[in-house]
Amino acid sequence: MERPSWAPEDIDLERPSVARVYDFYLGGSHNFAVDRELGRRVIETFPLLPKTLQENRAFLRRAVRFCVEAGIRQFLDIGSGIPTVGNVHEVAQQVDPTIKVVYVDIDPVAVAHSRAILKGNEYATAIRADFRQPEVILSHPELQRLIDLRQPVALLLVALLHFFPDTEEVQRTIARFRDALASGSYLVISHASADTQPTPLKVAELYARSGTPMAMRTKAEIARFFEGFELVEPGLVLGLDWRLEPEEAVDDNPERHSGYCGVGKKP
Amino acid sequence: MTGLDHRTPAGSGRGWVALPSGGGRPGVDTFARVWATTIAGTSYVPLSSTELESFLRDLAGRIIDALLDDTFDPQVGYEVGRTLVNAHFTSPETLGRTVAVLGNRLLPQLGLSYVEGPDAAELASRLAMLQGSLASGFAEALRDRTLDEQEAIRQAVLLAREEAQYALRASEARFRAVFAGAAIGIGIADPDGRILEVNQALASMLGYTVNEMRGLNINSLRHPDEPIEMQQIFQELAAGGRDHIFLEKRLMRTDGQAVWTHLTASLIRDEDGTPRYQVAMFEDVTERHQLQERLRHQATHDPLTQLPNRTLFFERLNEALRSDDPTLRVGVCYLDLDGFKVVNDSLGHDVGDQLLVAIANRLVQCVSVGGHLLARMGGDEFVILVAPSRDTASAIEVADAALRSLEEPVRIAGHELTVSASIGVVERPVAGTSVAEVMKAADITLYWAKSDGRNRWALYDPERNAREVARYTLSATMPRALERGEFFLEYQPLVRLTDRTVIGVEALVRWRHPQHGVLRPDRFIGLAEETGLIVPLGRWVLAEACREAKRWQQKYPGQAPFVSVNLAVRQLHDRGLVGDVSAILSETGLDPSCLQLELTESAVMGSAGPPLDALHELARMGIRIAIDDFGTGYSNLSYLRRLPVHTLKLDGSFVEGLRPEDASDPVDEKIVSTLVSLAHTLNLTVTAEGIETSAQEERLRDLGCDCGQGWYLARPGPPEAVLAFS
Repeated sequence: MERPSWAPEDIDLERPSVARVYDFYLGGSHNFAVDRELGRRVIETFPLLPKTLQENRAFLRRAVRFCVEAGIRQFLDIGSGIPTVGNVHEVAQQVDPTIKVVYVDIDPVAVAHSRAILKGNEYATAIRADFRQPEVILSHPELQRLIDLRQPVALLLVALLHFFPDTEEVQRTIARFRDALASGSYLVISHASADTQPTPLKVAELYARSGTPMAMRTKAEIARFFEGFELVEPGLVLGLDWRLEPEEAVDDNPERHSGYCGVGKKP
Repeated sequence: MTGLDHRTPAGSGRGWVALPSGGGRPGVDTFARVWATTIAGTSYVPLSSTELESFLRDLAGRIIDALLDDTFDPQVGYEVGRTLVNAHFTSPETLGRTVAVLGNRLLPQLGLSYVEGPDAAELASRLAMLQGSLASGFAEALRDRTLDEQEAIRQAVLLAREEAQYALRASEARFRAVFAGAAIGIGIADPDGRILEVNQALASMLGYTVNEMRGLNINSLRHPDEPIEMQQIFQELAAGGRDHIFLEKRLMRTDGQAVWTHLTASLIRDEDGTPRYQVAMFEDVTERHQLQERLRHQATHDPLTQLPNRTLFFERLNEALRSDDPTLRVGVCYLDLDGFKVVNDSLGHDVGDQLLVAIANRLVQCVSVGGHLLARMGGDEFVILVAPSRDTASAIEVADAALRSLEEPVRIAGHELTVSASIGVVERPVAGTSVAEVMKAADITLYWAKSDGRNRWALYDPERNAREVARYTLSATMPRALERGEFFLEYQPLVRLTDRTVIGVEALVRWRHPQHGVLRPDRFIGLAEETGLIVPLGRWVLAEACREAKRWQQKYPGQAPFVSVNLAVRQLHDRGLVGDVSAILSETGLDPSCLQLELTESAVMGSAGPPLDALHELARMGIRIAIDDFGTGYSNLSYLRRLPVHTLKLDGSFVEGLRPEDASDPVDEKIVSTLVSLAHTLNLTVTAEGIETSAQEERLRDLGCDCGQGWYLARPGPPEAVLAFS
């Protein structure tokens, strides 16, 4: 019998969690054997994945700093996962400790862990919700407590959207967020793609077999997610091409170019 | 403490080995850059390369200080190792590369490769110890970090589980509240029908407490009158044959009362599809049901007598006829009170209504014995449905009994009312008939009972019906037939017996019917009299006969026969008769003395007032009046004397008995001779009808009869034949 939507979900540790596998890739220990098993198999297929994710993480860091410099003082990070090192609130609150950060994830363990980490941080919180329910997220009392939706917000959808195979649904969902956000808000997206080399497709297969479908989209498809936003320089590009700090080393291994990153501003 | 922790060499102090260039330590920056390049990418750290370099410069400074310090403290390596892990250098590769880069690159970068002798050995030893303590600190910090993170994620799992459990409990509590507080009755049973759980609404509906109902079998709630089919439906649900049931079901309250419920039942299966529970929701619709029953009773019963009305009667008759059992029969007694209108008109509707109620009660008592349905069809019409009917006789018995039950007078408001009824009885096999056919037959039969004299029953007779239908059809087509000229006349000579002279002709009407051929008057004159068509038809006959007679007159002036035309009673009573006759005479120009009108004995004798006046008027005009079929009615002879009559036409039945002298019936002869002499006494002439033999003609001539008519003398024929006689 299918679980009705109103019945609470049980915590299933027999299945790998996207959030914990991600933590494993980044060298964390917030994970279980089942997560590490999937992680290792993925790395076998795609040995450069940890680096790719590090770079994704680096993009997140640069994007957050960009937004903070642009004056953003409110962050909404959906699909935040395990709040491992270099998280949004760490990066942002380094500049201004009163910057508000709301983490959203569907994984109850990730949310519980986030709450534990954020205990004592009055400007950051974590809520459990589904990305596809913008109204639920935006009207959540915890979000309402921290974020003033009349002021610009940076909406972070980093390494998230490729876990939602229904492109139309993603587009509709982003549009609903866009319409609720104030003018001057930013949309930050990083998204896996098989445009330049095919390895990510195998990764997607591994994820699909573990119960998490993945969608590798083309650059054009990802670009459409920015509808209603104006992409800031340099546009939608490979992670390493996005506002790399001058002294940072550029590794030209094309294998690492497995995803697109971009930041858009709501006019 | 680490195993690398030990004292510095004796006599050594800060600056015990000199760095090649003074002022600052350019080697530190270079080494930090090399170190950063070496470990970059081995672990994820949220640092830009500049930040990483600055972070490592600090660590490199501390290592170099320890290396060169007078008092060597290997603990610095341990701290650096921990610091690396705390900065999220968690990859073992970071450690490996760090140890290697320290061993290979630190001394050359500091320009200390030149040092020789015991200082060189001291440097090498210190470096090795620093490398060892760094590895040790790194490993310990990484173990701590790993354990902490594992602990943290497990705590998070516990927390998340707790929240999920809490949410589950809250959800259960919510559903329990919905279940317990629902206004609709809900019950859960296992597949065998044992009740596991009910809510308060269901318990209250049935008069139990919630506890009393747990463990009961659902069968014990069933109303005893529940049809067996409904039980089957529930068995099918329990067995998994169907997943849902929606129906109206009667349940038994603890006080024995029935509760009508609207029931929705569902089968709940487990993950393998095996039936686990039956869940039923009951809505109490008793009031709605009662209202429906009341409305249905109102719709199917007569408010005055409380008897079933025609709707219900037709429903039952339909049901009875729907059976396909060929042996079944059905009977219908269609009853109508005789003269009810008089009661209503003279004593008022109130008394009429009371009378109907009283009659209804009598009839109910009479039919209820046999279990038959009595319905009021409206007005003073009732109907008894005998279904099934044993045979025709039993249906007639019912009709008889109904008539008998009305024999006693009914007392209403001080009036003693005697009521009778007429009943049409139809009784036949169910097969091959329809409601419409039965009711049509009953209606016709009721009419027969009425026209046969009332206060009786009549049984439907298909042959009688066929005859009447034929008659009806004929009478219905007669007006058109007159318009279309389907009628024509034949003429039969009236012969003077003394010399066989044709002195007159009788006009006889015929109908050339398009389907039935030529019809004689006995087939249609009766109908024409009933419908009144006899008046226009008679007028046409008279005009036609007069026109013809006038032609004869013109052809044989003075010798032509008169024409004799039959006149029906209704014509005599028609106020336009005299005017019509005189108009026809003047139109045709026929002399009135050439016209004879024949009327039956009863028509003439029963006449008084205007009809009699008309007769006198016609006689005064010079028209001859003859009495047709004389001797078959009851003639008042003294009255006959005063009537303007010229001729008696002796009925053919008297002539029949006249035969050759020796064989003749003496009585008939006597009658004929008496009638002839009577007529002559009254100054009337006598014409004998129906002469078929020469003997009859001879006897009549001998008895003094004036004229004769009959096949022996001349058959009826066309007008041309008349001319031949003249």
